Amino acid sequence: MKKYLFLLLLLCSPLLVAQDLFMVRTQLSFPEAMTVLQEAIGNHAYKVSRVQRVDIGLTESGYATDRYRVVFFGDIDELNLLSEQYPELVPYFPMKIAIFAEGDETILLASSFAHLRPNYASGSLQSRFDKWENDIRQILDEVRTAD
Amino acid sequence: MFMQCLKLLIPGVILASGGFALAAPASDGDTLYQQNCAVCHGAHGDGGVGVPLNLPDFLAVASDDYLRKTLHEGRPGRVMPAFPALDEQAVDAIIGHIRSWSEKPAPVYSDQALQGNAEHGSTLFATHCAACHGVHGQGGAGTGVTFSRPRESPVMAPALNNPGFQHSVSDAMLKATLLAGREGTPMPAVGSLGLNDQDANDLVAWIRELKVEDERPARGALDPIIQFESSYSLEETLENLKQAVVGRNFRIIRVQYFQEGLTSEGEEDPARVMLYFCNFSFLDEALAIDPRVGLFLPCRITLVDTGHGVQVMTINPKNLSRLFNNAELDKACQEMHDIYAEIMEDATL
Ligand code: HEC
Ligand code: HEC
Repeated sequence: MKKYLFLLLLLCSPLLVAQDLFMVRTQLSFPEAMTVLQEAIGNHAYKVSRVQRVDIGLTESGYATDRYRVVFFGDIDELNLLSEQYPELVPYFPMKIAIFAEGDETILLASSFAHLRPNYASGSLQSRFDKWENDIRQILDEVRTAD
Repeated sequence: MFMQCLKLLIPGVILASGGFALAAPASDGDTLYQQNCAVCHGAHGDGGVGVPLNLPDFLAVASDDYLRKTLHEGRPGRVMPAFPALDEQAVDAIIGHIRSWSEKPAPVYSDQALQGNAEHGSTLFATHCAACHGVHGQGGAGTGVTFSRPRESPVMAPALNNPGFQHSVSDAMLKATLLAGREGTPMPAVGSLGLNDQDANDLVAWIRELKVEDERPARGALDPIIQFESSYSLEETLENLKQAVVGRNFRIIRVQYFQEGLTSEGEEDPARVMLYFCNFSFLDEALAIDPRVGLFLPCRITLVDTGHGVQVMTINPKNLSRLFNNAELDKACQEMHDIYAEIMEDATL
């Protein structure tokens, strides 16, 4: 029941309507946001597989921040199942959340599966997409509302 | 008074009947703004991926009608999304919140078209405006305000040929914008350029003729991935890929198992491997176009040995790009798509 209510909530909250990208801004500094993000990912039963810098060498080309990372995460059982059933989707995994500093604040973003849904109109994948999207939203919202 | 009570009551009613306790009440403009807008326009409207919204000159010329239509249509291809899911009440609440940043009342304009000489306007535009707004009014390269990196301008000039802008703005508001300029941004008042009232009318007439070409394919029309099959072994294919990557001036970042970090070390399936690589000048360009490109990064090719051959796959960046509502990014992703395809073809030939 609780879960059901929560789903309703998700459907009704303005932030959480069908969206292409999930983006949040938090007042947390970059290192704080990074810590909260990794905890939130763990709270949703995923494992962080790697934190990747994407900005190596950028400071030399005039980029004033070196605080830009991609956090990869997944659940091994889910990924194994996916590789069996939809091997062509493997390149989209592990999932990722990009996190970067903007001034004193931090921005986080992740993509939805809106661009894949039309290709899998029928089948069990839609509800998988729903689940992943809900998890991502909740993870990002945990970071957005943390203090 | 009665209306005010009603407004306060409505969210309460929804709460009682549906239990949507966490959804922000529509009257809470601040919360709605923080949820939907702050990520791009800043918590206080200072700008970011989006332009600033708290500038006195902006608030003095922007009508509520303009704001409402802007939220309704967004700016197709210019990052700013449409918000079809926000109902009228929510939109009003957000507008109310934006208004709270200024003491001035919202201006109201007539819908009447202004009379101007578009031909003369076109000459003026080429001389005074095109350097920032682009020859076709397509806007600067990149959007919004930049905090973390130097770009051509502290605030990138918005697209004037954008259908979302054109449908939202009235002639009268356009003219008021030109007369006032935007202090705190590079946007000059036309008076400071030596132009007069009639010149402003002529510019408005020309801006109305600016058109955007929109040829974006429909959702679902693009392949989700780029895929090649290799007749070499996994190791050989990987070596070929590395060579092809380096040959195109990319740097190898890492090779790892697909399952690495998700299972205990040594337990990973060796038949699934990922190659990460990057090119810094490409990265630099991409970040200038859209700071959100981290979601494409680093470049990654996944190899899967199925037992009947090796599948070489990557996401189709053109498909992912569709989520960003950024026409410039679409173009960069076309380029990236072709590079991926070349690398993968080279490695599997
Ligand atoms: C994904 C980023 C993003 C989000 C989210 C976003 N905007 Fe924007 N917005 C932009 C960009 C970028 C522009 C400028 C477009 C251009 O350069 O042509 C813009 C332009 C605008 C403009 C026109 C400003 C002007 O100077 O005329 C208004 C008004 C606006 N946004 C309001 C909002 C509101 C209100 C919200 C929340 C409901 C919102 N935006 C959410 C990115 C965003
Ligand atoms: C030096 C660069 C520069 C020049 C020159 C310039 N603009 Fe702008 N313009 C801007 C910027 C930057 C903005 C966005 C200001 C903001 O963030 O509110 C802007 C905003 C505008 C807007 C409002 C658009 C919107 O989405 O709110 C209009 C209309 C406009 N300019 C028209 C013109 C015209 C016409 C000229 C030529 C007479 C011109 N501009 C010259 C940089 C420039």
